[in-house]
Amino acid sequence: MALIDTINPLLTTGWAKGDAGWSLKDYEARGGYKQLRRVLESKMSQDDLIAEVKKSVLRGRGGAGFPTGLKWSFMPKAAPVKYVVCNTDEGEPGTFKDRDLMRFDPHSVIEGMIIAGYAVGAKAGYNYIHGEIFETYERFEEALDQARAAGYLGDNILGSGFSFDLFAHHGWGAYICGEETGLLESIEGKKGQPRFKPPFPANFGLYGKPTTINNTETFAAIPFILGMGGEAYLNLGKPNNGGTKLFSVSGHVNRPGNFEVPMGTPFSKLLEMAGGMRGGRKLKAVIPGGSSAPVLPGDVIMDCTMDYDSIAKAGSMLGSGAVIVMDETVCMVKALERLSYFYYEESCGQCTPCREGSGWLYRVVHRIEHGEGRPEDLDLLNRVTDNMMGKTICALADAAAFPVRSFIKHFQSEFEYHIENKKCLVDPEVQRMGSGFFKAGAA
Amino acid sequence: MNTPNTMLSPELSPESLKKIDREVAKYPADQKQSAVMAALVIAQDEKGWLPKETIAAVATYLGMAPMAAYEVASFYNMYDLHPVGKYKITVCTNLPCALSGGVHAADYVKQKLGIDFNETTPDGMVTLKEGECMGACGDAPVMLVNNKRMCSFMLPEQIDKLLAECK
Repeated sequence: MALIDTINPLLTTGWAKGDAGWSLKDYEARGGYKQLRRVLESKMSQDDLIAEVKKSVLRGRGGAGFPTGLKWSFMPKAAPVKYVVCNTDEGEPGTFKDRDLMRFDPHSVIEGMIIAGYAVGAKAGYNYIHGEIFETYERFEEALDQARAAGYLGDNILGSGFSFDLFAHHGWGAYICGEETGLLESIEGKKGQPRFKPPFPANFGLYGKPTTINNTETFAAIPFILGMGGEAYLNLGKPNNGGTKLFSVSGHVNRPGNFEVPMGTPFSKLLEMAGGMRGGRKLKAVIPGGSSAPVLPGDVIMDCTMDYDSIAKAGSMLGSGAVIVMDETVCMVKALERLSYFYYEESCGQCTPCREGSGWLYRVVHRIEHGEGRPEDLDLLNRVTDNMMGKTICALADAAAFPVRSFIKHFQSEFEYHIENKKCLVDPEVQRMGSGFFKAGAA
Repeated sequence: MNTPNTMLSPELSPESLKKIDREVAKYPADQKQSAVMAALVIAQDEKGWLPKETIAAVATYLGMAPMAAYEVASFYNMYDLHPVGKYKITVCTNLPCALSGGVHAADYVKQKLGIDFNETTPDGMVTLKEGECMGACGDAPVMLVNNKRMCSFMLPEQIDKLLAECK
């Protein structure tokens, strides 16, 4: 199981027993489904419920950071058919928090979704689960069966008159389905190509019906917010950045894994929780919010706190909370080459600037990495990103552009060295040993 | 492609069709197409890969155009439109995994099996694929076996063990 360390554990309270603590009886033993019961038995009004979530300043944990309560309030009241959808299509490189949430505490997601269904007046929901974590999808189906058998899902839940059912839908290998309207297309049994917005999903969502889409971690936070009250949850974090957040720390640290900390925790504390730098090596760069977030040099991130506002001020994004740590053994050109290949591979092909631009970015970074770069290539890369950003239906083009622009901005001399000398600034043997795959001295 | 339902549905076993029915039941009655992703996986599990005729059979069973099902099968990476070995090993080489040896793990498998990405061993046992982020970067290097089984922390010793199982 994943290594876990927390400050103020909420979302991770159920993770202590790892794979042995996910079932319904374990969840109920730690107070699970109590908030759903309270909402239904007290006949809490939808407005009061949404107001409580607004008070918590819970912001969407999938990457965009949009206030959850506000999103729920956009749902039209009168519509007869509405849906709640959970986005567990966790494919943003560096992000692996929702997988652990779903493995170790699937019922917290289910309870959060039922409460959301009550708040927005939906009778059905779908959880879209990343195809690559099929074992987690199967466990979630089992958890749904348990919840159904216990009367938490289905008709007339707990005798309240409120009915809601929930189903799992799996992806099968397409990053773009993490984009919410691509995800809706995918549930409808189509290619996951994003829709033009507006109309937004709150008006025209799944099957054309009003739909609320939130991230897995967002739903899982709902029972805790109702349990402690919106204000207490907000105060766990800092103003405008409520609550605790899961951070997935990967790369060159001693203990990669998920860590739950209050919003506003210093980056240095998070790095310490992850066991510090592997081999005691020097921190070179960090991508603080998943591969689409601009990279930050080590000395910049060391002065940041982990919350939406601090990371934005430093010129990046908190995104999904995926912290990719790179030490001095990394060639930044090679690192960018791999990320650029990813966006080229995953562009859905719908918009020309993204389909063609992502290919150009990859090919030019590839030629620099392979000693065929030209002096004008850095300008060319920046010009291509200019022609991509803000010019497409969804944000994948921007996601492909941010790494390119930020890698060049912060590590320009390394790119220039590569172009001039036709080789990496970092010795290939140093790079090779940096991954930890080979034992020292072995071939 | 215009063959009636009854002619094509026998392409899939009754067990597979039963599984597909369970998927169809998750969606509104007029939205059977929503089950196509799961249905194609069920079909792929039965056949080992997805021949065009099987995709068409799935489409017919769900009342959708064969081309619409083919669009789905060709859009998502984990559908196999060509035959693969008994074991398909997909290695994530994306950046977070690469920082912890994803690329080196792939190189190690290539060297052990004597094949490159998108190739199958001469005995037809193992196909090697390069994968994108599987959402398990904390467990790097990670590999997927036959799309569904996630293998974590794949250092040389663990890879040797996995390859020994692929018989």
